[in-house]
Amino acid sequence: MIAEYFCPADLDHAVTLLAGRPCTILAGGTDLYPATKAQSLTGSVLDLAGIRELRGIDRKAGGWRIGAGTTWTDVLRADLPTAFDGLKQAAREVGAVQIQNAGTVAGNLCNASPAADGVPPLLTLDASVELISAQGIRVLPLSEFLIGPRHTALGAGELVSAILVPATSGAGYSNFSKLGARRHLVISIVMVAGRFVMEGDRLTTARIAVGSCSATARRLVKLEETLVTTAGPPSTALVADCVAKTLDPIDDVRGSAAYRADAAVALVARMMAKAYQ
Amino acid sequence: MSLDTNAPFLSVNGQAINIGDAPLRRLSDVLREECGLRGTKVGCDAGDCGACTVLVDGEAMCSCLMPVARAVGAEITTVEGLDNSIGERLKAAFLHHGAAQCGICTPGMLISAVALLQRVAAPSEAEVESALAGVLCRCTGYRKIIAAVCDAGRPVAPVVMPEAGHAVGARVERLDGQRKVDGTDVFGADEWPDGALVVRAIRSPHHHARFSFGNLEEWRPEGCAGVWTAADVPGVNRFGVIPPFADQPMLAEEVARFRGEAVALVAFDDGCEESDLSDFPIIWDPLPDVLDEAAGIGAADLHNGRAGNILTQGFVQQGDVETALAGATHTAKATIQTSYVEHAYIEPEAGVAWMDGDMLVVQTCTQAPVMDRDDTAALLGLAPEKVRIIPTATGGGFGSKLDVSLHPLIGLVALKTGRAARMVYTRTESMQSTTKRHPATMTATIGTDAEGRIIGMDFTGDFNTGAYASWGPTVANRVPVHASGPYRTPHYRALGRAIHTNGPVSGAFRGFGVPQAAIMQETLYDKLAEAAGMDRLAFRRLNAYRDGDTTCTGQMIQKVGIVECLDALKPHWEAALDEGAPDGLVRGVGVASCWYGCGNTSLPNPSTIRVGVRPDGQVVLHQGASDIGQGSNTVITQICADAAGLPLKAFELIGPDTAITPDAGKTSASRQTYVTGKAAELAGRALRAAVLRHANAGNGARLRLDGGSVIVEDGGDVRRIALNGLPANAFGYVFMGEETYNPPVTPLDENGQGTPYAVYGWGAQMVVLDVDEALGTVHLRRIVAAHDVGRAINPMLAEGQIEGGIAQGIGLALMEEYLPGRTENLHDYLIPSIGDVPPIESILIEKPDPEGPFGARGLGEHVLIPTAPAILNAIRHATGAEIRKLPALPHRVHAAIAAVRGQ
Repeated sequence: MIAEYFCPADLDHAVTLLAGRPCTILAGGTDLYPATKAQSLTGSVLDLAGIRELRGIDRKAGGWRIGAGTTWTDVLRADLPTAFDGLKQAAREVGAVQIQNAGTVAGNLCNASPAADGVPPLLTLDASVELISAQGIRVLPLSEFLIGPRHTALGAGELVSAILVPATSGAGYSNFSKLGARRHLVISIVMVAGRFVMEGDRLTTARIAVGSCSATARRLVKLEETLVTTAGPPSTALVADCVAKTLDPIDDVRGSAAYRADAAVALVARMMAKAYQ
Repeated sequence: MSLDTNAPFLSVNGQAINIGDAPLRRLSDVLREECGLRGTKVGCDAGDCGACTVLVDGEAMCSCLMPVARAVGAEITTVEGLDNSIGERLKAAFLHHGAAQCGICTPGMLISAVALLQRVAAPSEAEVESALAGVLCRCTGYRKIIAAVCDAGRPVAPVVMPEAGHAVGARVERLDGQRKVDGTDVFGADEWPDGALVVRAIRSPHHHARFSFGNLEEWRPEGCAGVWTAADVPGVNRFGVIPPFADQPMLAEEVARFRGEAVALVAFDDGCEESDLSDFPIIWDPLPDVLDEAAGIGAADLHNGRAGNILTQGFVQQGDVETALAGATHTAKATIQTSYVEHAYIEPEAGVAWMDGDMLVVQTCTQAPVMDRDDTAALLGLAPEKVRIIPTATGGGFGSKLDVSLHPLIGLVALKTGRAARMVYTRTESMQSTTKRHPATMTATIGTDAEGRIIGMDFTGDFNTGAYASWGPTVANRVPVHASGPYRTPHYRALGRAIHTNGPVSGAFRGFGVPQAAIMQETLYDKLAEAAGMDRLAFRRLNAYRDGDTTCTGQMIQKVGIVECLDALKPHWEAALDEGAPDGLVRGVGVASCWYGCGNTSLPNPSTIRVGVRPDGQVVLHQGASDIGQGSNTVITQICADAAGLPLKAFELIGPDTAITPDAGKTSASRQTYVTGKAAELAGRALRAAVLRHANAGNGARLRLDGGSVIVEDGGDVRRIALNGLPANAFGYVFMGEETYNPPVTPLDENGQGTPYAVYGWGAQMVVLDVDEALGTVHLRRIVAAHDVGRAINPMLAEGQIEGGIAQGIGLALMEEYLPGRTENLHDYLIPSIGDVPPIESILIEKPDPEGPFGARGLGEHVLIPTAPAILNAIRHATGAEIRKLPALPHRVHAAIAAVRGQ
């Protein structure tokens, strides 16, 4: 019942603590508290709030480092190139301002909801996840970090220290759209994110990811490959074919599987039409 | 944010507060329980509703999601700390615009707005929407909140109260408003005696299951003060709002009939209430269940004596519907299904009970204190006069807080232990265990002649009333009376049935089934207008009731305002039909009407109002009409003041405490302004008559209060009555008026013929929307609502009812679907957010009702009825798609569009 509370001031201390005992890792708290009806978290909890180095977005030679304590509001206020516009648009759709002020990007990944707002835009940024433990650091592509609903590759004794975006992903522009049954505070039925680099009237880079339509958000790789080898927007048939072969939507209270597939096609086709405008 | 757990002090509103030794407690819990700052409300404990929003170093945060340790070193501001100029201006703007109704979301709204106003002094509507998007409101429809925040830069102006005789019709600010914006209003969870036990319920995880207990004597977690089951219920373990149908146990006996039904109670000493209940000794044996009305009919009977699971039925018939429909030029027929709808007030049920000598006192949020008293007394084996209900402020009700919920549960614990016992439902517990709007499966055929005149309607509706009766009989009876809509229907047959299932108990929800029936009739009307080649508004006007018409129950009606409402929409309608949609969207315009009888259907439902003058000159109104946000504290007082001829500001209110205030009935059926208002009018006049009699003055005399005297001015004659020299009556008043009013209605015969209501209200709404056909999404652009209120006692509060009712109609139409076991929280169950309610133009029609006080009619439920059908009609107008299963979620709209395209 009584919580064991750790609030280390640095990462070294945190991983040492984690090596000694299983701990619930507390980042923004926006998923942990809703999961309990109790007025306090229980068990051993490791709070990341005291680790200053985890908060904020750094631009380094190799790319961007989004610290694990970075909130959605931090993302919105950060000076980032247009390639991050999709991530910022997603940030505005994570709950409302209260959740954006508390919830972290890394926590959104660790919670591993199929409807995690942050995942599609981060997939289009070729993001990877940095994991730290007493044994050292490892880096996994985001698509490998996310295994399934509520399931990640996070090992015992590990915590996510940062999300890494390579410098090459800073090119182009990006966007994000979320389809839900109400305007705010909604879990998406379908999400679509894209990042595009256009040279003249040709796409040289295309990244397209769809969320809430499979166990984890997925990129439409075949569509991306076709787009950079052909001119002009893709046919709806091609988009539909890629959606059908890549995604695996389900029926739930928010929508039917068939609807999700159709809506994903419509949203991707719309995004592509805009990209070529 | 700095963090130093060695300094366990919080800085809240500039004061240092020790946080104790629980760093991971929710900040909301510490603020409320340790700091006593109960202006911070808790509606969900999940970050879904935003009621608990506080400022942390100027940023809005959900305090329910924040470990208190995180708040150390930061400056926390709660609603109690909004005493700076921004806060005071904002609060004044909230009162001026009527932006607070029940007040439970108000602190969260104010705090969120301050976070914005500190950055942007004069925000746009879009900025306000974005800043407030994290806070849900179920009462206001948000529009007045947006207006208030946009207007918060205005200096605070002194509030001018109307002079004597001018209260009715004035846009008076809520008389109970200041405490709502200050965060000091006391709701169900906000007050309890020290040392009160905390009660928790063990509830069924199954829709239907037999259960047996293990060794309850041995199961005693730390701090457990006792365990109680049905075997401990001292009275008759059956309750229900309609005594002949009372069937619901406060604690189930052997079989639980729905998921969330309480089977046992556990009480804990304060501080031990979070004990793990997962090892509670109970064995569940699941039984087959049925969850929808179609399956309920003919399934194994849930209750003895209710064959086929048919609880009851209502029937209205006039003329010869079969012959009429056979001879109709145009007919339209359809079947429509609606879903369970949750009331989703932001205040979950909460209260405290204690013994005062041999009197059981229950202090809780409620819509119906006297019914609560009687049900609680019967369950606990007490005489009604040995139970006292003290209503708190009620953070929304909408019908669900008519039935008892935790009253008998905490009452039993107080009775058994002699100790005070409190309980606060979790959001999930509230959603699982309290009543819902009835899901309905309705089929109807309507026929017209060649000119588009309705000649007949045949309606059948099965309403899923869930595991117990609650208000199922009321729905079954009210629907057949109303299913024609406010239209002449000479040949008519309507059958409404209430069907038992293992779903949650369906009860009262703003309209008692009429909103569902209106969807049926109004969507068929659009098809008939089209078949007859008529404009849809003109079709409705042609068929609308006129003065002197006879309804389907054979009642002649006068002062009928529906034509006036439809005519008021006409310029808006014509303008909207000429508009196009933005690129990629299709525009639709829809209209629907309503009528609604105010008060109980063919049953007595009296209200009594007492108003007196104390020897010190204070005027005291025993205002027994529970104010659940709709404004009865203000409206009833306005009526009484003008009837008495005294200034509004002279009145002090005493609430509907059953020990000191006469019964003004329940807040339901849109009856308080009309029925209690009429009693208040009569009582005010009686008070005035008593004073005039004493002064031997004529009816035209003016009354003035001057300290401890009443001054009576009758022509040139001025008399001063010194009150402290007069004898006070048993209630302590030197002058008093107490009057009862009961609407003149008659029973319905076997064909539903009679006078079910003495007063009806009328209305029509039109919706302008765009549909994204590829996605099936609906974008509301604006709504115009015209309602005949007879007399707008308080136009601002009337608009507030309209906007709030429309918001709930939007939810019914587009997003709300309660699925037991699947949408038991406020992120899977969606109610409209601040971005889902478009601009609303309210048009108040005032065609005085001959029966209502100062001509007033009821309004509270009417306002919700036309919204959903108007939306569905606009979707069809835009796309051709007909929605046959509500809510019209994007996937359903998308499928309906595909169906009409033949895909």
